[in-house]
Amino acid sequence: MSFTRRKKSLALTAGAAIFAMTIAGCSSSDDETEEPTSSATGGTTEEAGSGEPVTLTLATFNTPGYNSVEQPNADYEYDLIQEYMDLNPNVTITYDRKAESGDARTNFFTKLGPGGLADVEMIEVDWMPEVMQYSDLLEDLTSADTEGRWLESKVADATDADGRLIGAGTDVGPEAICYRASLFEEAGLPSAPDEVASLLDGDWANFFEVGQEYADATGKAFFDSTSGIWQGMIGQINPAFEDADTGEIIATENADVKAAYDQLTAAAADQSTGYQQWTEDWNAGMSNGDYATMLCPPWMLGVIEGNVGDAADDWNIANVFPNGGGNWGGSWLTVPSNGANVDEAKKLALWLTAPEQQAKAFANAGTYPSQPAAYEDPAVADATNAFFNDAPIGTLFADRAEAVPAAPFKGEFYFQVNTAITDALTRVDTDVNDAAASWDQAVSDIEALG
Amino acid sequence: MATTEVEPRRVKYTWRDRLGHWDVKASPYLYIAPFFIVFGLTGLFPIIYTAVISFMDWDTIRNTGEYLGWDNFQFVLNDRQFWIALRNTFSIFLLSSVPQVIIATFIAAMLDHNLRARTFWRMGVLVPYVMMPVAVALIFSQLFADTYGLINHWLGYIGIGPIGWHVDVLSSHVAIASMVNFRWIGYNALILLAAMQAIPRELYEAAAIDGAGKARRFFSVTLPQIRPTAIFVIITSTIGGLQIFDEPRMFDTTGTGGADKQWLTITMYMYNTGWGQLNFGRAAAIAWLLFLIILAFGLLNFWLTRKLISSDQSGSK
Repeated sequence: MSFTRRKKSLALTAGAAIFAMTIAGCSSSDDETEEPTSSATGGTTEEAGSGEPVTLTLATFNTPGYNSVEQPNADYEYDLIQEYMDLNPNVTITYDRKAESGDARTNFFTKLGPGGLADVEMIEVDWMPEVMQYSDLLEDLTSADTEGRWLESKVADATDADGRLIGAGTDVGPEAICYRASLFEEAGLPSAPDEVASLLDGDWANFFEVGQEYADATGKAFFDSTSGIWQGMIGQINPAFEDADTGEIIATENADVKAAYDQLTAAAADQSTGYQQWTEDWNAGMSNGDYATMLCPPWMLGVIEGNVGDAADDWNIANVFPNGGGNWGGSWLTVPSNGANVDEAKKLALWLTAPEQQAKAFANAGTYPSQPAAYEDPAVADATNAFFNDAPIGTLFADRAEAVPAAPFKGEFYFQVNTAITDALTRVDTDVNDAAASWDQAVSDIEALG
Repeated sequence: MATTEVEPRRVKYTWRDRLGHWDVKASPYLYIAPFFIVFGLTGLFPIIYTAVISFMDWDTIRNTGEYLGWDNFQFVLNDRQFWIALRNTFSIFLLSSVPQVIIATFIAAMLDHNLRARTFWRMGVLVPYVMMPVAVALIFSQLFADTYGLINHWLGYIGIGPIGWHVDVLSSHVAIASMVNFRWIGYNALILLAAMQAIPRELYEAAAIDGAGKARRFFSVTLPQIRPTAIFVIITSTIGGLQIFDEPRMFDTTGTGGADKQWLTITMYMYNTGWGQLNFGRAAAIAWLLFLIILAFGLLNFWLTRKLISSDQSGSK
């Protein structure tokens, strides 16, 4: 009895070991088979396309709107992947989509050096500054055909010090203001989108003045979270945290940053919920009327609709943004230089980010194009959103995209510094610290960086 | 052939004999070799590699590094966040492991009785263990939401004001510890139960005849008898507790340990340094410090457990 059991467990161990070896064997043989392909395609790329068969891998995350694999229930109108394969019969595309940007980021940085990334990799604005440190490992996508294709800020973010464009812009997140009409009415404020747009037209001081009026009238918070509002404010400060020439951290000496911090913490006392974005409370508060406004990039519309359902169907959107414009989110397609099919991969990346294709991606998944020409496309220009009282989101966000200022310089420490400051804001908002003590803490956190 | 020249004194071995001899001597090592080869590749190599890069400013993408000496260790030991993380880790560890082992022992003792539908109860305690940690975290984040959470809602009925689960240091630790306990109590209870089942029933009978009550039998028979298993449970939950990561990381949406680092643990600190800041040299230094802490604490724990459980029963083993 005991003997047979031992034998069985031995067999199991042996099996596991063999399994492990098989995996190792597989991956190494994979690498070997990839080598010849690269040399084969290297020769064919000169004859512009229709050459020998090529298999390209495309890796994205979230829902870029390329193929309904992303959201089986959403029933996309267009299949861009299939379209490209029909146009280029020699190309087969393997489409790999990760659920979250964080997974994609880890994967990207794990494989960027040693190899193993997809031929075309999508990257997000949040990790763009880190990617830029390794811009020499990515292909230059500059081409005469794409001159003037993208919004200026989109190109600036993806251009390195040597002037190489390493990312082909896909979508952007120009911000408007979402608000709840019934709550505005309750506070005696105008509630039609046009009226709200002119009410909030102005700088942040004006926004917080309206907020104070709202808070005084209702005793409730005006905006959703300090970190959300901070995102809009810091995007307009240039330079913000780092010196563009030296890369030195200047956040703690930058008077503009401190002024914005003081302005926001002062307003937050009455006007903020004390919630953090994406928490249960924040989600619930969206339906329960805990706050009346939030900053709204195009992708946020889906978040709001999905979150509140029928519980709060008076969310609306106003074509305005305090102090000009702001961008929240957006992605690029990059081509890692150590890929096997670099030239074919470049073609795919540039095709997918052409205005026509990005307009279709918008129709599919609501990812707002970074290509001004796409705003003329009927698929974008005529788009309305039924949940937001048929708001003309196509033209509305085109206005907001025009208003987005040149992106501030973001160096290697941008997100660490920003985290230190948003943490400071949250501490004030949740009464852990007062504004001054919390700032001092942020300063010492920032000084510890590097 | 080969036997002709060397050592005439020895008995002549045939090739077959030698093979047989070699088989007896070497086979056991061959059988265990796969484990050690796999361990060498996946365990030992990373440990050494980590030690090497902990002395460097390591760029994992370009695979290059600059030798820094002890700078990484010095930075970490002078970093406020490290000490906060250490405090949080021990606090969460104590709040989870101690009640966990005590409750698990209690549940195991209860399950050791002749219950109806015994297998049902025994398997029932294991259900939380089978659930995915991420699913557990999702459920608990609903329960522990600061404003709209069920727990604060219930506490409101008995007049306890809303607790800032994501604001207050100790509250956040309690919330995270409850997640850990939910998941591991059943698992530990089953291990302890198995040990209790192996205790000879005669011991209980003898104790009962001597007039020992239920409590006395538990403390004087059950506990000393399950000592080796209890040590195992305590050591594994110590290691697990000091490496706690999933639950605090899932406790809010950013996974960075809260605005005031209220629930930042050492493993999260390491992860944020490595994958957040892409500073792998420093993360490696943290990994080694964590290793030393666990080692020291594991030994202390082992010694304490031996002392405590055997103190009044030094004779029996």
